Amino acid sequence: MSGGLFDIPSDLQNTYWGLVGMHLRLALVPVVAGLLLALPISQLCVLMRWLYPPVLWITTILYAIPSLAFFVVLIDYTGQSELTVMIPLGIYSLVVFVPAIVDGVRSVPQETLDAATAMGLGPVRRYFQVQLPIAAPAIIAGLRVATVSSISLVSVGMLIGNQGGLGNLLNDGMIYHQPRLVWLSVIGTAVLAILADAFLVLVRVLVTPWMPRGNRKPRPVDEPEPEPRPEPAAAALEDAVR
Amino acid sequence: MIRIDSVTKRYPDGTVAVDNLSLEIPDRSITVFVGPSGCGKTTTLRMINRMIEPSEGRILLDGKDITQQPVNTLRRSMGYVIQNAGLFQHRTIVDNIATVPRLLGWGKEKARGRARELMERVGLDGALAKRYPYQLSGGQQQRVGVARALAADPPVLLMDEPFSAVDPVVRKGLQDELLRIQAELGKTIVFVTHDIDEAVKIGTMVAVMRTGGHLAQFAPPAELLSNPADDFVEDFLGADRGIRRLSFFSTADLDLLTGPIVAVDSTAEQIAERGTDEVPYLLVTDVEGKPLGWSEPGALTAGAVDPARLLPYGRPFVAGKESLRAALDGAVLSPTGWAVAVGADGRVTGVVSQQTIGEAIRTAHAAGRSDEKVAG
Repeated sequence: MSGGLFDIPSDLQNTYWGLVGMHLRLALVPVVAGLLLALPISQLCVLMRWLYPPVLWITTILYAIPSLAFFVVLIDYTGQSELTVMIPLGIYSLVVFVPAIVDGVRSVPQETLDAATAMGLGPVRRYFQVQLPIAAPAIIAGLRVATVSSISLVSVGMLIGNQGGLGNLLNDGMIYHQPRLVWLSVIGTAVLAILADAFLVLVRVLVTPWMPRGNRKPRPVDEPEPEPRPEPAAAALEDAVR
Repeated sequence: MIRIDSVTKRYPDGTVAVDNLSLEIPDRSITVFVGPSGCGKTTTLRMINRMIEPSEGRILLDGKDITQQPVNTLRRSMGYVIQNAGLFQHRTIVDNIATVPRLLGWGKEKARGRARELMERVGLDGALAKRYPYQLSGGQQQRVGVARALAADPPVLLMDEPFSAVDPVVRKGLQDELLRIQAELGKTIVFVTHDIDEAVKIGTMVAVMRTGGHLAQFAPPAELLSNPADDFVEDFLGADRGIRRLSFFSTADLDLLTGPIVAVDSTAEQIAERGTDEVPYLLVTDVEGKPLGWSEPGALTAGAVDPARLLPYGRPFVAGKESLRAALDGAVLSPTGWAVAVGADGRVTGVVSQQTIGEAIRTAHAAGRSDEKVAG
């Protein structure tokens, strides 16, 4: 410990930037896995309408389970590994994605679907060329919530033995009574969340040039802005209390 | 030719949407299905491209059952235009139009080139090509819908209430445009509407359907107006069908008078010479020959005609092009009871009285009756 701003205790066996990398890996891998799992589940819910309420019901119950409880159960199977942290995070992402994607896909106007069918697009083309692109804004909105809350939630991984990325630093800071380490952890986590969110906003702007934007000519046909999602920051705050 | 052969559509809950419908849709013409909501007109249309499968009966396209070919091949050979256009909001206008050519395996550039060609055909500014649907007005979107349906040059065009979501002025423009495009391309168009005036205006043949999916009458619009098959059709046609029928009578044979017309710069002799006992008024035109208004001969002073004091001349009709309905309308609109006929350039070609128009109507009716005798 030579006193540099980003120096961290040796018991963490990592550098600050190493912890940042670990934090991102622990947070983002579950989000991606959750998205990949949510796509087929959502499509089933769209195709079979009766399936959606029970799926929503089950995922909401899963969401209500604290991550600690997950750890207790999982630790018998996956031990003190990264996987034990990633599985609950993946499930939380899934819970955010399923309704986002289902609502997004369902928001595609019936006449657009009819037109696609009438032009000879089969079900697979219709899904990939029409439904999914039009649902993209809703999916990205879900992705923002899932990503930010996942980044904030990773820290609890410290409880199962240094699997919490920047959360490990928070723990050390409290043990060694070093406010600098606490700030490094907390501010670092917040900056990661903000950068990730900003990146996703940029992605949305790039992939949806077809969406009406504030500074352009408004759509002549009256149509509500399709973005009734909570602000990710607010959701992250809610999640932070877990 | 599309032949609908004893087709019935019955839903599992017992509702009959289309009941034993048989008719032949002639090639290269516009066949309109019209009727109140729930009469099965849209169901019928959707059975033609198999978005709905009939419960009984079959549909033949050029003699072959439409179920004989893969469903998506069938659909790609039929353009489809829908209410509110149903554009792909995530694609540019040019890519929307290029959808079917792309599905048929055309290269991107060729498909886009074709799309730009079609934009011009349906009267869209090429500058809109890279725009997205939300940046267009309802009428423009509907034009894109028509262009998209025409993109792969399908022989058949299915149109499901395509113009009912736009305002009346835009709708009239789109209807005129459709007739113009049809005159150029000669597609087999099947058109669904609940608006009988639209049906009468654009249809070559009109199928009036009634609730429960029954065909009430299948006839050309003029015959529909002159001989409704039953009370339902007569009621559905609504008031003043006699007046509307005049739309089908030409003004080409109307006897126009060219005598009582003076230019605004006429001399006193010319004014005196033009006044006749036959016509109690003189039509004053500007120096180019365009109408200004009517005046009594005695009230005209050479060299000092005040256009503001002339009697209104109503709406002039284009002789030979517009119908007796337009001529009668012009005559009724003017307090003089005389209609003004103009050429395509807007210059006066003659004037005609209500009486003469009335005689022309009687003659046309007589001709219509004898036609029916020949036909029947």
